This record gives sequence, C-alpha cells and structure tokens, in this order.
Amino acid sequence: MKKKLITAGAVVFWLAVWQIAAMAVGKSLLLGSPVEVVQRLVRLIPEKTFLPSILFSLGRIMLGFARGTLTGVLFAVLAGKLVFFEKLFAPLISAVKAVPVASFTILALIWISSSELSVLITFLITVPVVYSNVFEGIRSFDRRLTEMADIFRVPPMKRFFGIYLSQIMPYFRSAVKLSVGLCWKSGVAAEVIGTPRGSIGQMLYNSKVYLETADLFAWTLVIIVLSIITEKLVLLLIDITAKRIEKL
Amino acid sequence: MLKAENITKKFGSLTVLDGFSHEFAEGSFTAVMGSSGCGKSTLLSVLMGLLAPDSGTVTRGSDRLSAVFQEDRLCENLSVLSNLRLVQSRKKERSGLIPELEAVGLYDCADKPVRELSGGMKRRTALLRALLADYDILFLDEPFKGLDAQTKNTVMSYTRGKTAGKTVILVTHDPEEADFFGGETVMLSRA
Repeated sequence: MKKKLITAGAVVFWLAVWQIAAMAVGKSLLLGSPVEVVQRLVRLIPEKTFLPSILFSLGRIMLGFARGTLTGVLFAVLAGKLVFFEKLFAPLISAVKAVPVASFTILALIWISSSELSVLITFLITVPVVYSNVFEGIRSFDRRLTEMADIFRVPPMKRFFGIYLSQIMPYFRSAVKLSVGLCWKSGVAAEVIGTPRGSIGQMLYNSKVYLETADLFAWTLVIIVLSIITEKLVLLLIDITAKRIEKL
Repeated sequence: MLKAENITKKFGSLTVLDGFSHEFAEGSFTAVMGSSGCGKSTLLSVLMGLLAPDSGTVTRGSDRLSAVFQEDRLCENLSVLSNLRLVQSRKKERSGLIPELEAVGLYDCADKPVRELSGGMKRRTALLRALLADYDILFLDEPFKGLDAQTKNTVMSYTRGKTAGKTVILVTHDPEEADFFGGETVMLSRA
C-alpha cells in the first residue's frame, strides 16, 4: 500500500512538473499541458480512425515480435547445441544489434511495402534480444542437473519441461519483457518513417505535419498504454505457461 | 547388490582411491567415513556411475538409484513440491506429500521456489526428494550438513524410518551419524 502511494505520488509530481512547464511555455503548439492532452485523447477515442489505427499497428508489431521471439529461441537452441551455429550467428546478431532502426527502415522500404515495415523492424529488434538472453540461459545451465536426472531416471518429457525449460524460463521472460517495449518504440518509429496508411505512426506523422502537439502527446500516451498492456499480457501468458510446465 | 572391486581413481597425479574393494549387501546400511579429501564423495560418484574408475569394476545390476549429492542439485526455479514430483515415477497427490513435508519441517514452503529457501531447507528438500523416489540403492553424501542440532535429530529419525531394510550408503564426517543408523562403517584414508 505504501509503495503504491509512493508510486502514485511520483506520477502526480511529474504531471505537476509537466503542467507547470506547459503553463510557463504558454503555447500549446510547443508543449501541450496534461489536461489538454487528456481532452484531446477523449476527443480522439470516438473518431473512426482511432481503433483501426491501433489494431493496424498492434497486429503488425505483435506479429513481428512473435516471429522474432520464435526465431531468437530457435537460433539460441541451435547455438547452444553446436558451437558452429554460435560462431555463425555471432556476426549477424552483432550487426543487427548495432544497425540503427532508421537505417533498417529506409533499406526495408526499398524491399517491402510500408504496411509490412513494422513487422520486419520489430522482428529484427526482437531476434537479438531473445537470442542473447535465451542463449545465456542455455549456457548457464547447470550440467550437474543432467547427472541428477540420469541417477533418478527422469523420463525425457519431465526432463525437458521440469529441468531444462524451468532453468531457461527466467532468461526468456526477461528477454520478452525487454523486447515488447522495444518493439513498440521501433515499430512506431518505423511507421513514422514509412507512414503506412491507417497506422499509429501515420497519426504521429500527421500531428507533426499539422503541428498538432496535443495529438502527438495523446497518441504517445496511447502507445505507452498499449506497450504496458501488451507487456503485462505477454508476461502473464509466460507465467501461466511456466506454472503449467511445473505441474507436468 | 553393489560390489566395488579394486577401484582406483586418479585426478592428474593425485591418487584419490587406491584399490578400494567392498561388497555392499542388499538391505544393508553402510557409513563411509574418513578425513576431508580422502575420496568419500569420489567413491560415491564412482559407485553411482557418474565417474569412471581408472581401474577396477563396479557391479550394480539394474538397481534403481537415488541420491543426495554433495551439492543439492535442485531445480531452483521449481517449487519444493515440483522438485519432489520430478523424480517420482508415479505422480503423488499433494495430500499424499503433506505428511512427508511436515515431517522434515518443509510444509510451510511447499509451494515456494527453491531459490527462495535457506541452505538448510534446500538440503532437506534434496534429502526428501531422495527418500521419496523409487529406489533400490540410496546414496547419501553428507545429507545433514547445515542443519541445526534439533532439526538434524528430527530429520535423521525420519530418514532412519524411511530407509529401513534398504541398501543405503552414507558419507559422513560425523561418527554420531554413523552410530545413529547402525550398520557397517567403512573407513577411507588418503591414498
């Protein structure tokens, strides 16, 4: 309870700072106040384009995230199994990690349509994060547990779920936690550059073109909320799966 | 039946076991004692088949094994209950495990992940896991280390009840532990 009060207090404090800053600037064109942003958001929600824009970006960003997660896990398992794959993937993962999102986005626009841009970008953002974490989990696996399983003659399925997966799950969880937030940041950034019709990125771009600062803040607020909700949902799914695995 | 014949095990130039021979009769309790570094845990690893001897043979047949290792070797992210169930061939219901957990003072932390337990609790979990597994031969490598005197007495009594009539090999420094369980004592000395 005390912790929640402190958190709420901190949020109120920064909202107050924002409000004071907006009042000091005195031009909503440069910095909209929190009240203005909420008012704009309330007006945005019933608009015809609001929900379709969210669904457009949400669908594509989550698709890229899911594909990236699967690929990252697959690469990590292969690299954990054979040093050949570890060496093969190392330069690729380092390169993908280092290349700026903007470079990928501009390059990708030559290859694919702008509507698929956020799928590719979030995929590229997710793969190295998931790969690195899961690979670390596989590398740090306590081999003595395999000996323990041999002595107790633990059957293969129980061994896989109870010993291997339970050891790797915390690494996978932290990778996913990190990736979801990054996916929203990079996915929307890619949409702003590619401006696919009907995306959140296009809405942000329009707010810049028409100097609608309140719109920019309102859409940013929407992105933050979506990022938090999807992160919580994905983590909940992982936690439920982990519990199921434990009961197998 | 478990029989070790002329077992020699070296680590580099260090000879840890030098021609060890012993027959562990079925249903017998054997305490393996000796000073630190004399090869007690190495002997247990060789007998379990985790380490290959440099020479000599171990005859074990197809007996099912169970063990408390030198380290706990628990799945840290799983709960105490899940660790117990992991090694059981038939899944026991929670209600069936409660009396066992209560007996060693682990009832309150049955659903806690092992990583949140103290050293002594982890040791008791490792011991309970070994005792509740289906086995013919039980290897115990200092299973009571890190337990306070009162808990140790409770857990030792529980262990004695659970292992009656089973083939048990206990590695210990403590002569009182060996006396408590009775049976034969094998003294190892540095090779």
